[in-house]
Amino acid sequence: MSESGKVPGLWRRTTLVDRGGPRGIDRGGRGLLTVLAVVAVAVPLLNQVVPATSAFHLSPFGITLIGKYMCYGMLAMAVDLIWGYCGILSLGHGAFFALGGYAMGMYLMRQIGPRGVYGDPVLPDFMVFLNYKSLPWFWQGFNHFPLALAMVAIVPALLALVFGWFAFRSRVTGVYLSIITQALTYALMLAFFRNDMGFGGNNGFTDFKEILGFDLHSDRTRVVLLVITAAALAAGYAACRKIVESRAGRVVLAIRDAESRTRFLGYPVESFKLWLFVISGILAGVAGALYVPQVGIINPSEFAPINSIEAVIWVAVGGRGTLYGAIAGAVLVNYLKTYLTGAFPEIWLYALGALFVLVTLFLPRGITGLLHLRSTQT
Amino acid sequence: MNVRDKRLQLEGLTVSFDGFKALNNLSLHVDPGEMLCIIGPNGAGKTTMMDVITGKTRPDSGTARFGVDIDLLGMSEAEIVGAGIGRKFQKPTVFEQLTVFENLELALAGSRSFLTTFRARMSGAQQERIHQVLDIIGLLDQRDAFARILAHGQKQWLEIGMLLMQNPELLLVDEPVAGMTPNEVERTAELLRSLAGEHSVVVVEHDMAFVRSIAKRVVVLHEGSVIAEGDMDAVQKHARVIEVYLGV
Amino acid sequence: MERLPKGGHLLLVLLLAPWDTVPAHAQTPKDATFLSTLGELRDAGYSDKEGIIERLGQTGHPSVRAVLTALIEERLYFRNTDQKIFIAKSADSDPLRLSDPLTLKDAGSAPASSLSQIGTNNALRRVLRMALARFSLSSPDAGVRSEAAREISKSLDDQTVALLRDRLPVETNSGVRKEIGTALALAALDGSDTAARLAAVATLRESVSQDVRNRLALLLDKSPDGGYTEKDEKVRQAAASAVATIDRWRTFYSGIQTLFFGLSLGSVLVLIAIGLAITFGVMGVINMAHGELMMFGAYTTYLVQVAMPGHIGISILVAIPAAFMVSGLTGVVLERTIIRFLYGRPLETLLATFGVSLILQQTVRSIFTALNRSVVTPDWMSGSLRLNDALEITYNRLYIVIFTLIVFAAVQLVLKRTRLGLDIRAVSQNRRMAKAMGIRTEWVDAMTFGLGSGIAGVAGVALSQLTNVGPDLGQSYIIDSFMVVVFGGVGNLWGSLIGGTSMGVVNQLLEPWAGAVLAKIFVLVALILFIQARPRGLFPQKGRAAEDK
Repeated sequence: MSESGKVPGLWRRTTLVDRGGPRGIDRGGRGLLTVLAVVAVAVPLLNQVVPATSAFHLSPFGITLIGKYMCYGMLAMAVDLIWGYCGILSLGHGAFFALGGYAMGMYLMRQIGPRGVYGDPVLPDFMVFLNYKSLPWFWQGFNHFPLALAMVAIVPALLALVFGWFAFRSRVTGVYLSIITQALTYALMLAFFRNDMGFGGNNGFTDFKEILGFDLHSDRTRVVLLVITAAALAAGYAACRKIVESRAGRVVLAIRDAESRTRFLGYPVESFKLWLFVISGILAGVAGALYVPQVGIINPSEFAPINSIEAVIWVAVGGRGTLYGAIAGAVLVNYLKTYLTGAFPEIWLYALGALFVLVTLFLPRGITGLLHLRSTQT
Repeated sequence: MNVRDKRLQLEGLTVSFDGFKALNNLSLHVDPGEMLCIIGPNGAGKTTMMDVITGKTRPDSGTARFGVDIDLLGMSEAEIVGAGIGRKFQKPTVFEQLTVFENLELALAGSRSFLTTFRARMSGAQQERIHQVLDIIGLLDQRDAFARILAHGQKQWLEIGMLLMQNPELLLVDEPVAGMTPNEVERTAELLRSLAGEHSVVVVEHDMAFVRSIAKRVVVLHEGSVIAEGDMDAVQKHARVIEVYLGV
Repeated sequence: MERLPKGGHLLLVLLLAPWDTVPAHAQTPKDATFLSTLGELRDAGYSDKEGIIERLGQTGHPSVRAVLTALIEERLYFRNTDQKIFIAKSADSDPLRLSDPLTLKDAGSAPASSLSQIGTNNALRRVLRMALARFSLSSPDAGVRSEAAREISKSLDDQTVALLRDRLPVETNSGVRKEIGTALALAALDGSDTAARLAAVATLRESVSQDVRNRLALLLDKSPDGGYTEKDEKVRQAAASAVATIDRWRTFYSGIQTLFFGLSLGSVLVLIAIGLAITFGVMGVINMAHGELMMFGAYTTYLVQVAMPGHIGISILVAIPAAFMVSGLTGVVLERTIIRFLYGRPLETLLATFGVSLILQQTVRSIFTALNRSVVTPDWMSGSLRLNDALEITYNRLYIVIFTLIVFAAVQLVLKRTRLGLDIRAVSQNRRMAKAMGIRTEWVDAMTFGLGSGIAGVAGVALSQLTNVGPDLGQSYIIDSFMVVVFGGVGNLWGSLIGGTSMGVVNQLLEPWAGAVLAKIFVLVALILFIQARPRGLFPQKGRAAEDK
């Protein structure tokens, strides 16, 4: 798979390690941060300042859409972190996204308080409906935002830790691992669909009212949530870049390309994979937690295997191993989805399927590869 | 010679796989700083011997001692590496998607944990060391090139370089010049010769000209045990060796 | 129209043979009485109908059973124009397909509006059932007699007991005698003679029926005043012991039942997994569209049945090769157009085939709509073998288990004894070597993929007999079959057989306790733990390692 002779400039790279850290961000990264900054400024402007009658006004629907795309971008980045850089194809990352979403959802459900249909100050509606007498133990404390926030990170991290520990320790790799991740999210979906799990069953959580006292339906709250999402995305990107450009990142690349050789060098391969998997899981969980207050609902279909596989195609389309490519891919594919499901709903699935086939056949490096945006050939 | 002076001492090693004796009461030693070549027909047990030394295979009987008091047979592969034995495999596996420099960086001695490597900053001394090794293996100019564009010979040297980063006392080199151009063979001989003295080097090879150019002492293996030992001339005239190689 | 008892066929032939040469109106006196009595049903009120039915039974005419059954099932009509009575083959089609009540032969069809139904009420139906039972007790078919005895035992009274007692001495079939004995014993439990009750309990001990068990358990109940309903201590003890024995046997038999269900579920998984294992083992390709290829096979079965509606019986036999061809060809096309360009990149192949699965699903949805299509089970596959009250082997599942074994053997044969099979095995062990020896590896790849896909299609035929056929059929089973492959490994087809069967059985065993969802979760966790010990499954692939890094 030697690319030598094709693009000479890409044979070498200026070492980033000389000064022990990244000297500067490459073009793609700079592009991403610029875009995020623009979004963070433009959206409040276009919604709060520009009058509603103007053609430039950004409706709440638009805000939500952009926010959704950014959350998906974060999920894609999480997938890219372990796939593009470590070669672990997870077909179940939606599980972490959903778990983070459910944690945030639990907080939001508690915030509804006595304003629910049944008016119970403590029990959410679905619990009253199912004749619960009191709040189950795992709901305790979710009316406190800091705890909910902690759970957003802890629960996916725990799942990633336990699952990853078993999987990596037994040297399950490649296709076998991917299949098992798919089975994992499928099993979780089935579990969360059950009405007696205490998570709202097939209806999930919805009808949220407030977050931290701010009305979720107000434009201002939406705008703030979006800006926070943009900031989180940028921060997540920065964190991932830091990992990827450290020596640990190079070890991860080595693991991806020659796992037993890396082990032979004395590196605890399973430990590296586990760290990365857990970090990726947390990232996905945070993405889910930001997603839920913006779209206003979370239900077990978030766990559906198709969601996780779609996340993979975002990364494939954008280009693995660049981080910003994954985000771009997420936005692009979801934009296509929004457009097609609105205009020609029957062909969306055809388009998605074709996307899978065409990207793997003709665009193995995704769009960023196509545009030679890459300054590092990873 | 006092047994304490040996860098590596193998005594009576026997390994059988399903009834087939890969090693049959094999005994040999390596002096400190020595360059020893091991030759023998295919199936003689050369690779199995290396496997036993590095802990990949456990022998059915015999002893393997490293240095004064290190019993190799009781140690894991990782521990053996840590004790100072480095092995270069036949097939060069360098990390193609990393640069030459980064390949060597990965081989730096030091903690291998995720957290340490994450926080690691390249120190001046470390950088010096990498450049030093680059110099020894002759790849200074290719420092920032991706390893996948290297020629076959260069990849072999890079691998040797990666071994050197760990400062091993004993180097086990398995068929280093297979597939090399004559120029590369010569440079490899130079490289290996320069390593002896500071390191003990054991080279397994088939290429007789190459062996002659580097070896002071040669050991001939056949069917799992040593059948001849000495300098190249003596070995090539050895009756049993001729019989085994030529079937005469 | 209901199936005639075997004796009935014979009787019919005997009856009809001479009739073929005789004009339709000539009848025996028996026929005449039968017809005229039957005709009375038309205008009679319900209370009169009871009497008519008695007399009808007394005629002893062989068609009585069919007519009475039709009456109970509300399928007896008379034509408005000429008042002639007909039996309808099924109650809810329009036009109604009719048969003649005398000869039971086809009598054409007529619009529902031209016929009036002869009605029944609850009381009448009770009488009908009793009459049928009585009539059935003397039926030439032992199965019918057995069923009749069982039916009667549910509503015992002096009349029916007398009926049974009369029948017992002339009954030749031991199975039927047992049923009659059980029924009589149940009746004796209500009697006043303690010795008789004791003897009855001893007889009933041998039964495995739920009804018998419950009746015996009633003996141990306390009546409202605190005492036992069964006054005699010895009888109570015997009853308690009998109940325990019956429970033990029931558990045993239902265990076998569960095992059987597990086997049949497992055999479907095996069929699907075989195809997957072949493509993965030889080509390193995990085909995410495998479920859809199976779905194609199920739809092929549907189409075959639509194409030959009058020959449902052989439709399955036609569907099997048809489905194999359809899915096999689709597989070959897939391989040639997409998969061969992704060789050596298993993760990419996984993604590309997932895309294909989406496309295939949507295609089927567009052509056939998202609604389920019904596939009919042919007669020779319906029904069940009822070994006893606790164990019923349904024929369709049994045939599927047998079918799976046949397919497994066939595939092994192809792999071990044919040239293609040899080539396939060579390529899977050492591709370069195979190529060097002149084997056309590209052709082998296409054929392998075609073979695996064809088997998926055949699995679809089997599945169509068990469940609804819809565009999502593939998705419901694909994850389970992946797990079978992960568990069983791909080095050997036995992995798929053992893996699939055990997963099916384990799933069935867990379901009653834990519910379907927890059972799945448990299996997943068990699989992850199992993989600790054997990361490549039960039968890992030898030779070239599929992914060696």
